[in-house]
Amino acid sequence: MIGMMSCREVSELASQGLDRKLGAGERFALGLHFRICRNCARFNRQLELLRRALQRLPDEVTGPREGVQST
Amino acid sequence: MSNENDFQGELGSHRPYLLRYANLQLRNAAVAEDTVQDTLLAALKGEQRYAGRSAIRTWLVGILKHKIVDAIRKQSRETTLASDPGDSDRSEFDHLFKADGHWQESAAEWGSPERSFDHKEFFRVLEECLAKLPKRTAQVFMMREHLGTPTDEICKVLEITPTHCWVLLYRARMSLRACLQQKWFAGARP
Repeated sequence: MIGMMSCREVSELASQGLDRKLGAGERFALGLHFRICRNCARFNRQLELLRRALQRLPDEVTGPREGVQST
Repeated sequence: MSNENDFQGELGSHRPYLLRYANLQLRNAAVAEDTVQDTLLAALKGEQRYAGRSAIRTWLVGILKHKIVDAIRKQSRETTLASDPGDSDRSEFDHLFKADGHWQESAAEWGSPERSFDHKEFFRVLEECLAKLPKRTAQVFMMREHLGTPTDEICKVLEITPTHCWVLLYRARMSLRACLQQKWFAGARP
């Protein structure tokens, strides 16, 4: 059943993968799906980019305007 | 003592940054103001605990994060749970997928993160997109991605189930993704 996940289900599970530890079966199914589905693989990379962007957000927005050094 | 004044001055210089940080998270200028005030007071009292181990801003942000979570907890108790109707409704994504669950449109290649992160403009667009999220969705998302709060703690603070939490996070990501695609990646950007 899990090997037959639709892209829609994969998108939800990929998102959850950022918020909880996925089971081995889930990870396997995702990996398999990403290998054969370019759209979902891209979607997953988009989520990762989003996560990294959020971690940098406050520094990017305030840093230069204020010019306060933190060291 | 002049040393003390130096420390106060130093704390004050981080105020705009902390305010900005709190505002991103709380979306309420008055609450953000209070939270930052509390943080600076706590920092003043805890000066001896600072001991220069880490950059002062990092230390302040560490205190601020706790204050923000406290403020969100308080807000969430004061407002009714009905604030975001249809919280776990996923039909809003129906248009993105075909009936058989395949993507309606192919996903775009966004390239390496650095290609976007090198542009200040990208972060302004991201902020614009964040501002469009419903409040509760935005709060959960920012707690998770920006403060790095574990999901189970978010659930406790907001008194929601993990499933509900995942739906809100999924909603935030889907919405931001669409917004960034439209406002940044689809343009003649690098």
